[in-house]
Amino acid sequence: MSTEWPLYEVFIRGQHGLSHRHVGSLHATDAEHAILNARDVYTRRKEGVSIWVVPAADITASSPDDKGALYDPANDKVYRHPTFFDIPDDVGAM
Amino acid sequence: MYAQMIKSETSQDDPEKLAAFQARIDAGDKIEPKDWMPSGYRKTLIRQIGQHAHSEIVGQLPEGNWITRAPTLERKAILLAKVQDEAGHGLYLYCAAETLGVSRDELTEMLLDGRMKYSSIFNYPTLTWADMGAVGWLVDGAAIMNQVPLQRTSYGPYARAMVRICKEESFHQRQGFDIMMKMAKGTEAQKRMAQDALNRFWYPSLMMFGPSDAESVHSEQSMAWKIKMNSNDELRQKFVDQTVSQAEYLGLTVPDENLKWNEDKGGYDFSQPDWSEFFEVLKGNGPCSTERIEARQKAWDDGAWVREARMAHAAKKRSAKVAAE
Repeated sequence: MSTEWPLYEVFIRGQHGLSHRHVGSLHATDAEHAILNARDVYTRRKEGVSIWVVPAADITASSPDDKGALYDPANDKVYRHPTFFDIPDDVGAM
Repeated sequence: MYAQMIKSETSQDDPEKLAAFQARIDAGDKIEPKDWMPSGYRKTLIRQIGQHAHSEIVGQLPEGNWITRAPTLERKAILLAKVQDEAGHGLYLYCAAETLGVSRDELTEMLLDGRMKYSSIFNYPTLTWADMGAVGWLVDGAAIMNQVPLQRTSYGPYARAMVRICKEESFHQRQGFDIMMKMAKGTEAQKRMAQDALNRFWYPSLMMFGPSDAESVHSEQSMAWKIKMNSNDELRQKFVDQTVSQAEYLGLTVPDENLKWNEDKGGYDFSQPDWSEFFEVLKGNGPCSTERIEARQKAWDDGAWVREARMAHAAKKRSAKVAAE
């Protein structure tokens, strides 16, 4: 009876100073192995300059059922956006 | 396509939930792994993405056949890179399927014991180097036709895998056409090989899109769920319309005496492939069906000790680290 290699989620930082971004997952026996595999699976065309791998089991995600409770409160707070405020043209760029 | 004749499952779910789900799809929402989904949607997708993944993996075999015999070092390096890409595509897709609650080992076992299929096209042999050209040009060309619209499919992980795959697939088709150009403009013997490869791969490529819409009983539900984006006939027509002028450029003849431009429909009229052959191949009676599954079974069996040894090594490293602390 074989045990399946654990699942790792892979995050790659591209060349232009953006944050690491989730690109997919893969199976590996440990973190070093996951980095090696991620290099082959997700950066064959120089897609990145840095790789993070995280055991998928260690990720805690929000539940889709909580979408309302989590995000609806932002609906009536439009004043958080700069466009809410009318600044007269005379003031110049702001 | 890479996923042919996918039987779409019906769902025995709460009608209200089903309607809300359909409304999300109609609104263009992406469905994500933790979202509620009808059991039929989940099962159909596992089958479709699984078959797609298996096709990428088995698809390495006909081309792997020529890596050691590529005519130049450059061609060999290119073919090696292409075959490695196919492995990568298989892995992206397996990951997407796994988000639906099926394990990688289960998927592999279902391929090996025949519960899951792979595309009919990979059951044909690659007899000459020109076949590497024909496979890239026609087979990858046909795959692109299907995969480009699937980038907009409703299941998020599948759509994202498709985006990555499509970026790489264009290299595959172009390298194939490049081989065909070299052969078709080469010596008489090379040109004959190119024509012969086109003759053998033309109809199997047309079969990749699956049987005519009139006979595709599963299309309707899959199209409503946006896991099938176009009809089989629509994509096949598009493929023929695009490929004929490319064959003309090569100075090769498409092996179909009924091929004729139809001004009224703005596309070519063409002969259908032999669908009885298609169904035979799908049943596992293709020229290389047995060989392909045997090769995958051997890889799975021969790799067992490596999979186990790596796990044992990782466990040993972990316990050594704990002991040192």
